[in-house]
Amino acid sequence: MKLPSALSSPATRCLVAVAAAALVATGCSSGTPGKEGSTGGGTLVVGYTADPNTLDPWKATQFQAVHLLEQMYGTLTELDGDLNVKPGLAEKWQYADENKALTLTLRQGVKFHDGKPFSSADVKSSLERIQKPETAAVAAATVKSIQSVDAPDPQTVVLHLAAPDAGLLAGFATTNLAMLSKDDTSDMVGQKPNGTGAFKFDSRTAGQSVKLTADGDYWGGRPKVSGLEFRIIPDQTSVVAALQSGNVQFATLDDPLVARSAEGSGLKLTKTPSLSYHVLQLNARKAPLDKLDVRLAISCAIDRKQVLDTAALGEGEMTGPITSPAYKSDPNARPCPTRDVARAKQLLAGAGLANGVTIPAIVSQGEYATSVNEAQNLQAQLKEAGITLDLQTLESGAYVDKWVAADFSAAVALNGGRPDPDGMYGRYFTSSGNLNKVAGYSSPELDKLFAEGKATTDPAKRKEIYTQVSRHLEDNAAWVWLFSSYGYTATTQGVSGFTPMANGSLQNLREISLQ
Amino acid sequence: MRSVARHPLARRLVETVLTLFGVAVLVFTTLRAIPGDEITATLGTEAAGLSAEQQESLRAYYGLDKPLVLQFFSWLGNVLTGNLGFSRRAGASVLEMTANALPVTMELAVLATIIGLLIGVPLAMLSASRPNGIRDGFGQLVGLAALSVPNFLLGAALLTLISRYAHYNPNAQGFAHLTQDPLLNLQQMLFPALVLGFGLAAPIMRTARSALLEVQTQDFVRTARGKGVAPWRLRVRHVLHNALNPIVTMAGIQFGYLLGGAVVVEQIFSVPGLGRQVLAGIQQKEYAVVQSTVLVIATTFVVVNLLTDLLYRVIDPRVRAA
Repeated sequence: MKLPSALSSPATRCLVAVAAAALVATGCSSGTPGKEGSTGGGTLVVGYTADPNTLDPWKATQFQAVHLLEQMYGTLTELDGDLNVKPGLAEKWQYADENKALTLTLRQGVKFHDGKPFSSADVKSSLERIQKPETAAVAAATVKSIQSVDAPDPQTVVLHLAAPDAGLLAGFATTNLAMLSKDDTSDMVGQKPNGTGAFKFDSRTAGQSVKLTADGDYWGGRPKVSGLEFRIIPDQTSVVAALQSGNVQFATLDDPLVARSAEGSGLKLTKTPSLSYHVLQLNARKAPLDKLDVRLAISCAIDRKQVLDTAALGEGEMTGPITSPAYKSDPNARPCPTRDVARAKQLLAGAGLANGVTIPAIVSQGEYATSVNEAQNLQAQLKEAGITLDLQTLESGAYVDKWVAADFSAAVALNGGRPDPDGMYGRYFTSSGNLNKVAGYSSPELDKLFAEGKATTDPAKRKEIYTQVSRHLEDNAAWVWLFSSYGYTATTQGVSGFTPMANGSLQNLREISLQ
Repeated sequence: MRSVARHPLARRLVETVLTLFGVAVLVFTTLRAIPGDEITATLGTEAAGLSAEQQESLRAYYGLDKPLVLQFFSWLGNVLTGNLGFSRRAGASVLEMTANALPVTMELAVLATIIGLLIGVPLAMLSASRPNGIRDGFGQLVGLAALSVPNFLLGAALLTLISRYAHYNPNAQGFAHLTQDPLLNLQQMLFPALVLGFGLAAPIMRTARSALLEVQTQDFVRTARGKGVAPWRLRVRHVLHNALNPIVTMAGIQFGYLLGGAVVVEQIFSVPGLGRQVLAGIQQKEYAVVQSTVLVIATTFVVVNLLTDLLYRVIDPRVRAA
C-alpha cells in the first residue's frame, strides 16, 4: 500500500505536525476587542517602548506608567516649565501657625471622569489612605510631615504639619500623590482609571495600546487633540521608524545614539536637560570606602567629561548633586574640579593604600543605554590611580534587587531627580531618610542642614542652605556625581505646542495640536 | 490480553502528563531563582523607600507571602480548572492573553517556514546543479549570509529603510489580527516572516543541498537521464522528490523552535506573539503569566507530537504492531 508508507516518512510526519498545529491555532483564536489603528480624527499617537506596568497612580514608578497616568489624574499642585510650583487642583494656599498649618483652597467645578464632583473630602481621604502602610503608596514619605487633615468645607482643606515642610507643595505635584475619589480604591482605579485629568481612560489592549479620550469638562479647558493613543513599540529604533513612516507622531527617547539617528530625517527633535543624573554611588559604610581619603581619591581620579564623551557621545552636562534649575549645584565646586591623578594617588597613600585598592561595583545591563560604557570608562580611569573597579554587570532585575538591599560597595547608577532639593536628597542623605541605607552616607551636619531647609520657606535662604548641602556632599565625596543627560522629544512635523520638562513630565500633551 | 496500564497509548499518556508536570516544576523553580520579585519589578529602585509594613502589605497583595509549595499547588490547581492566572500589569487574564497571542505566533511560524522553504530549496537546487561551480558558490554565499546575519540587525535595518525611504511601516499601526483585517495583518506579518524565513533558509538550504547531491549520484537518476528525461523535470520530479524527507524534517524542527515565540523579531516589529508575552512576564516577574504560558507552549508541542504518533498507529499497521 502506498499511503501508509508515505505517512510514515519523516517528511509527512512533519507535515502532519504542521497541520495539527495550525488546527490548534485556529481553535484558539478568539475575537480581540482591538480596533484597527486609525490615526485620523485628531488622535495623537505616542510611541511607547513598554507597556505601562500598573494603572495604580499611587504605586506607579515606571516611566511609561507615570506619564500615562499623569494624563488622567490631577494633583494638588503642578509645576511650570521651570519647575516652579503652580496651582493645580488647589487654586491657592496659605501657611499659618509658624508654617505648621497649610490651608489649601480647592478649584471649583472640578469633576472626576465618572461625573462625581471633586471636593475636600476626596483630598482628605486620598491623603489619609496614602499615609496608611497597607496602601503601600510609594510617595507616603513625601507626606510624612502631615499629621492630620481637616475639611471644614467642600472647597477648603487644612493640613496640620508635625513640623514645617517647605518641600511639601512641590512634592504634591507628583502623580504618585494623585487625588482619587473617596469612593474609589486604588485597586479599582488600577483596573479602570477615574481621575480629574485632561484625558479619560477609553480602552486598553495589553502589550499593544492604551487609548484615552479628551475630557470636555477638564478644568483647564478641553485639550486640542480629541484623544491620545499610547502605542507599544518595544524597540527604540522601531519607534523612530514608526515616526518616520508617520504612523506615530510623538515619542520620547533616551538613547543618545538613537536620538542622533532620528535627527535629520524630517523629524522634529528637541533636547531638554534632565533632572536625572548619572552617578557613581559609593557606600561609605563599607570598607575601604568608609575612609574619606579613599572616596576623595576616587572622585579626584575621574574626569567626568571623559565619561560623558565616551559613554554618551557628549550628550549631557557635567553636574554636581542638585540638578533642579532653581537650586543647581556648581559642577566645579568640589575638591578636585578637574581630574588630578597625582592627588588621588597621594590621598590613597595617606589612607595607607599606596599599593592600590579594589572596589567592587554593580552595573545594570539594559536598565539604561549608557550604563556599561560608563562603567568601563570609569574602570579605565580609576586604574591609572591604582584603584581597581571590579565590575559586576547584572541583568536589571538583579541590579535593582542588590541596589534596593544596599548590597553593594559602589554602584554605577542613573537616579531620578526632583524639582525640590529636599524631595530629591532628604530621603537619601538624612539619617532617618527612607533611602539612607542605599545612600550609605549621613552626618549630623547634613541632618541639620536638611532640617533648616525644610523649616524655611524663603527661597533665597533655601538656595543658600542647599548650596551648603551640595558642598558638604562633594567635600565628603559621598558619591561621585558625573553628568546629567538629555531627554529627547521626537515628533513629526505636524505636531506643535508641546513644551518638554526637565522632570520628563508629559503633562503638556494636553497643549498639543495636530495639523 | 494486555493490561490497560501496559497499553502503549496509556503509557504514552502517562509520559505526557509527567513531562508537563516536570516542565511546570522546572519553570516554577527557575523563575524563583531569578533575583527580584513582582514588587521590585513594578516599583524599580523606588522599592528601596518602602517601609517594612508597606513591604509586608505588598507581599500579601502579590501573593508572595505564601509558602512556595502552597504557591505551586494553588497555581497548578487553578490551571487544571482552566484558570491560568491574572496579569496585574496587563489587567487581563492569562487565558485571554494567550488566546490572543498563540494564533499570532502560529501564523508567523507557518509563514516564516513557507518563506524559508521558498528561499532555501531553489537555492539548494541551484547550488547542487553545479557542485563547486560558480552557481554553487553563489548559493552557498547566500546561505552563509542567511546564517550569519543576526535577525535583529536584518530586522532593524529593513524596518528603518522602508520607513525612512518608503514611509511605509505597517507594523507601526495598531496590530490587526488575521480575522479582523486580513490585508493589514498580512502586511504586518510580511517583514517579520521574511526576516525569520531568511534565517530559516540557511539550514534548509544546507540540508537540501547535501540531500540533492546524494540523490543525484544514484543509479536511478543516471537511468532516467539516459532515458532522455528533460533536465528540469529530472531535478524536480526525480531528484528533489526523493530528497524531500530530510528537507521537510529540517523545516519541521525549525518550525518547532518558532512555536516558542521569536522574541527578538516580535520586539522589533511589535508583533504581539507568545515570545513577547513570556518576555514581558519575566521582566515583570509575573510568575503566573510565565508559568502558564510556558505550560501552554509545552502542551502544544506535546499534543501535536502525540497526535502525530496516534495518526501513525491508526494508519500504519507496522507501527501499531511494534
